[in-house]
Amino acid sequence: MKAGRFFLIFLAGALFGTGLAVSGMTDPGRVIGFLDIFGSWDPALLFVMAGAVGVYGLGMLILRRFQNQNLKLPSTASSPIDRQLIIGAAIFGVGWGLGGFCPGPALANLGTLRIEALLFVPAMAIGMLLAQRFFGADQGR
Amino acid sequence: MADYTLWHALTGGILIGLGSLLATALSGKIPGISGVFGRLLIPATPDKKWRFLFLLGLIGGAALSFLLWDSAALFRPMRPLVVMGLAGLLVGLGTRIGGGCTSGHGVCGVGTGAKDSIAATLIFVGVAMVTVLIYNRAVL
Repeated sequence: MKAGRFFLIFLAGALFGTGLAVSGMTDPGRVIGFLDIFGSWDPALLFVMAGAVGVYGLGMLILRRFQNQNLKLPSTASSPIDRQLIIGAAIFGVGWGLGGFCPGPALANLGTLRIEALLFVPAMAIGMLLAQRFFGADQGR
Repeated sequence: MADYTLWHALTGGILIGLGSLLATALSGKIPGISGVFGRLLIPATPDKKWRFLFLLGLIGGAALSFLLWDSAALFRPMRPLVVMGLAGLLVGLGTRIGGGCTSGHGVCGVGTGAKDSIAATLIFVGVAMVTVLIYNRAVL
């Protein structure tokens, strides 16, 4: 990767982080407000997902037409829906509901040194290392 | 941008989609945050540089937004710190066992219509809703 590409990947991250903050997804209160369907429900997360999924899906359809040796896109084929996927997604769901943080928003709050993020992110790293060490996660590629 | 509206949600979502799209084109990988971060923890990962820069951009972009806009800076911690620690552990475990989080499965996978990602997203959203329901009944 050339230097220009590295600047662009930083920019991609900045777009992502700005989107998280502008959409209010860095606020655990708003995320839990969406998950709390029997409370005073906050639909914001649904609008965030609609915007993100729409742009990404449409963008990938367009990018596929321009694929060449300079633009290699990852496979988007589905993996089998197996026990690992189901159990992993369920464990993630419990953690997400408990904290109101998923990985992106937790990292996004590191810049302002929020104590919640400073605690959550290292704990998340430990969980990931355990998954990689004992549950065979991230072995491919 | 003092008052938050659902336009902020939609606009932010579009920015998240654009950032993910640009990162996909540049890296040739699905740039789910849990995978980008998780693989940085593995010493043998060959392509650490873009992962690091992408996450650095994410943290910087968010920090700048918090400074610029009051509605973005809103932060309401909902749980005691001990619960946040446990939540972090479970999020780390679950996202890597299940191969993705809200961005990898939820945005990229659902966006391209991958059946495994649609299933994972339905599961983690559903389980998270039940978790909030139980936590609010049992603890609060």
